Amino acid sequence: MSKNSSDIFDVIIIGAGSIGVPLALSLSSAGLKTLVLDQEHSVGQGSNKKAIGGVRATHSDPAKIRICLRSLEIMRNWQTTYGNDIEWQQRGYSFVAYRQQEERTLKALLVKQHQLGLNIDWLDTPDLLEVAPDLNQRHLLGGTFSPNDGSCSPLLFLHACYQHAIRCGAQFHFSEKVTGFKFAQNKIAGVQTNQSDYRAKIIINAAGAWAAQVANLAGISIQVHPDSHEAGITEPVKKILIPMIVDIRPVSSSANFYFYQHKTGQIIFCLTPSPNIWGFDQQETSEFLPLAAQRMLALVPRFKNIRVRRTWRGLYPMTPDGFPIVGWSKEVEGFFRAVGMCGQGLMLGPGLAELICRIVTEEPLPEDQETLSYLSPYRKFDSEEKLK
Amino acid sequence: MKEYRITQHPILPIPERKHIHIYWQGQRLTAYQGETIASALFAHHIHVFGHHHKDGSPQGIFCANGQCSQCMVLVDSKPVKSCMELAAEGQRIEPLEGLPNLPPATEIPHMQPAAPFQVPVLIIGGGPAGLSAGIELGKLGIPTLLVDDKHRLGGKLILQTHRFFGSSRAVYAGTRGIDIATLLQGELESYPIVKIWTNSTALAIFSDRKIGVLKDGSSYCLIEPQVLLVAAGAREKFLTFPGNTLPSVYGAGAFQTLVNRDMVRPADDLFIIGGGNVGLIAGYHALQADIRVAGLAEALPECGGYKVHKDKLMRLGVSIYTSHTILSANGRDHVESVTISKIDSACKPIAGTEKTFDCDSILIAVGLDSINEFYTKARQFGLPAFSAGDAEEIAEASAAIFSGRIKGIEIARFLGFPANPIPEDWYSIMEILKSKPGKLHAESRLAFHQSVFPILHCFQEIPCDPCTTLCPKGLITLHTKDIRSVPEFNFESDNCIHCEKCVAGCPGLAITLVDYRNDPQQPIVSLPFEFNQDVIPSLNEVITLDIEGNVLGINPVLKIKRIPKNDRTLILHIRAPKEYANRIAGIRIQDPVPPIITPNLISNLSDEAIVCRCERVSAGEIRSLIRAGCRDINEIKTISRAGMGACGGKNCTSLINRLFREEGIPLSEVIAPTNRPLLTEVPLGILAGIDEAKQNE
Repeated sequence: MSKNSSDIFDVIIIGAGSIGVPLALSLSSAGLKTLVLDQEHSVGQGSNKKAIGGVRATHSDPAKIRICLRSLEIMRNWQTTYGNDIEWQQRGYSFVAYRQQEERTLKALLVKQHQLGLNIDWLDTPDLLEVAPDLNQRHLLGGTFSPNDGSCSPLLFLHACYQHAIRCGAQFHFSEKVTGFKFAQNKIAGVQTNQSDYRAKIIINAAGAWAAQVANLAGISIQVHPDSHEAGITEPVKKILIPMIVDIRPVSSSANFYFYQHKTGQIIFCLTPSPNIWGFDQQETSEFLPLAAQRMLALVPRFKNIRVRRTWRGLYPMTPDGFPIVGWSKEVEGFFRAVGMCGQGLMLGPGLAELICRIVTEEPLPEDQETLSYLSPYRKFDSEEKLK
Repeated sequence: MKEYRITQHPILPIPERKHIHIYWQGQRLTAYQGETIASALFAHHIHVFGHHHKDGSPQGIFCANGQCSQCMVLVDSKPVKSCMELAAEGQRIEPLEGLPNLPPATEIPHMQPAAPFQVPVLIIGGGPAGLSAGIELGKLGIPTLLVDDKHRLGGKLILQTHRFFGSSRAVYAGTRGIDIATLLQGELESYPIVKIWTNSTALAIFSDRKIGVLKDGSSYCLIEPQVLLVAAGAREKFLTFPGNTLPSVYGAGAFQTLVNRDMVRPADDLFIIGGGNVGLIAGYHALQADIRVAGLAEALPECGGYKVHKDKLMRLGVSIYTSHTILSANGRDHVESVTISKIDSACKPIAGTEKTFDCDSILIAVGLDSINEFYTKARQFGLPAFSAGDAEEIAEASAAIFSGRIKGIEIARFLGFPANPIPEDWYSIMEILKSKPGKLHAESRLAFHQSVFPILHCFQEIPCDPCTTLCPKGLITLHTKDIRSVPEFNFESDNCIHCEKCVAGCPGLAITLVDYRNDPQQPIVSLPFEFNQDVIPSLNEVITLDIEGNVLGINPVLKIKRIPKNDRTLILHIRAPKEYANRIAGIRIQDPVPPIITPNLISNLSDEAIVCRCERVSAGEIRSLIRAGCRDINEIKTISRAGMGACGGKNCTSLINRLFREEGIPLSEVIAPTNRPLLTEVPLGILAGIDEAKQNE
């Protein structure tokens, strides 16, 4: 095994996905010698490419709201700052209510969201139909509308981060699986892979659905378990006036159903299974399409003639309370966790990357410690995310 | 209004069909009941069906096989594939200009997804392999469902007007493909235990081992078989060259579908790229439909198809350019000409060898890829699966029939049904039927000028033996017992009775008969003839040619005759001098088309060529990604969108692989793209189980 200086890094990130790649960009821009390792053959081939592209700050807790507000800002300005088209669109999110119980849930959250400074309002049916005229009007009670939320192409965004990170000197090693860690006393000292050994004093676990397996190699147990969701995409059609629609009514074996029209004109839709389907299985099931199609047409009858092009199934790295796990390990010095994004890696990624970079470079903003306290690996995990 | 339909054909009957009317951009057009919208539009010389949303380039028919989505139109405001959808009375059809605008709808429809249903065997594909397997399963009484995406069974057999090669004993050698389709369909339908769904597309195999099928184009069903047989055939390979997305650049299958199935006349002047059997036969089909063939280019130094097919085409007046490739299809919204050039041993075009031909259509026949994704998925998900025919291995239809039979019995045995073991020699017969053309024997120059005898212009070893069964005196035999050996006439005997059955029945049209009995100086040559008779005004003179198309002379036609019991091949009697009578192998049907010499066109034009038709991604874009180090096609897809379009990478993946090879990167270093459902796009309403009938109540 080689021990030359080219194998010594300031930071090694495990996982070239929605978290790892923006983080590599932030760290390498800050001048840190950064290596990203991924078992897949190219960037974003784990769960990033499975994401549907929604980016919102409409959450129910201060940490995610703060991080995602920054992510929205980064994505909104991406093309001006970096020059790449990431298919960004700011068309808002709308959580719709067709029953009083959803109306009550959403309105209760609104109070908290307003306190946290979010630009979100309750729209009664006529106002909601102004922003989403094709919604089924029968029994529609109204819904929230947060105009600053949007969407982008997860693939293009990540690839843009990847290219700029390389320009800033970050290195990416693909098709390389982490097999173990090296320690010096209680401190992390390096990573072993099926190809080589690398040294670094800081190692960041950003392995998404595979984060628990990676942590295990360091003798650390973390509460991240993937469950799977299926999604689909249609042919492109002319622009339809519609924000991201989220329907939180449970229907047969599903909880949330959500969809939006991507910048390419395609409708992208996704179901949250209920109960969760735990495990790593990412093979397509036969139940998804008929169920998703029925839920879609119950919301937008106009979509009956749009043709479905492709479906896929991806993993959500879930935590016990539905919030990410971000922070230093107490057990092993130098081992940082940026895991358990619960299916929101894309929207958390760029904001979180900057935050982690500030922590690593020891230049935190005043509110960073507070933000991180909500996401601490050592929290009690006894609350529950209301807007999964 | 002039219609571009085939109104007479030497082989195909002109069907009696009911007239209906459709509207194209408000204009009332006559169509036939049972024909596709695409064919109805082609019959009115409408070749541009819309313009691509990305670059505004014109689009039209490309695959005519439901695979590519280039032929989309709006029917009553809904986007549909015009090559699959049948024309119906009163349809209002509009071109698809850019992206479709969804028609409004406000009422939530009644939705009731169909319950999955179980069947022991599901066969995907009703071509030669699927039909043959279904027959074997039917014979054994095994409940089977056969689904096929077309409106008629037979697969590509229904496009084949020529007699099949192969073994007379084992398959239907000597019978025309269209007739084999009818025979197999008839036999299958005699087994009611086999259910047949036409116009039904298999869309996806799911991990719970259910197969999603779009039944009769209108409802979504989940089928749960115990065993799956994939007999879905093949898809055509394509090429990257500037102009390759122009309407009227299309695959051989599309051309044959338009001409031989739908009896429309898609072209006046055709140029063919590819000298395999598919290209050669398509050229013959074009001539039979009275379409001029301006030429054929083949990249290899020799055509890959059977020599008898090539010889036949050259004799009819088609120039074949070997070691030539296409440089560009030229024209603004339709093909106006094609430019080809000679290539060197490294397949690079040689400057100064460019040739341009006027033509209005270009047919690409550069090979086939197995449709094996269903088989791969089924195996991945643990569903017992078999594959047969081209879906398993690309070969002649005779081999597909035989492999279907074998797989049918193998499936029965797998399911535990008491089926007889498969005879050992079946496997060797199948291998023989799959053989590529073999050794070429020297042409024998016969200096024999008396009595009457056939001349077998057949010097290449191919799996074919009908001639040996045609001679009532048994005077034609194969050189060895292997059906691939070349046939011989027994000159020792003096028993040829001049029945001309060998002349009319040879699938390669490679047998002539020379009769010296009346006039040893001016014998009468019998030639097979499969064209409309009015091509030759009777008793007129024709240009006679040798096996390779070299002119021998101008000779009078004495007679055009039909022999009893023969199937549509006519016999011409031509008087010719004994000096070359034995060498006459055919007559010229069209004058060879001289190229327009257009020097020094070669530049780096090929970067403009489109690789991904759906998303209009150019070869230059893909090449620059490969040069930047991309080896994962998934990454290329991410950046360029190649493979993200309607067809799901069915057409571009092999082209991208080809670009990798051209860049000197072995495919072992290339990561293949992920293959996901659905095979073709399906409306959400159908997946949701909308019951349109209930809807309209």
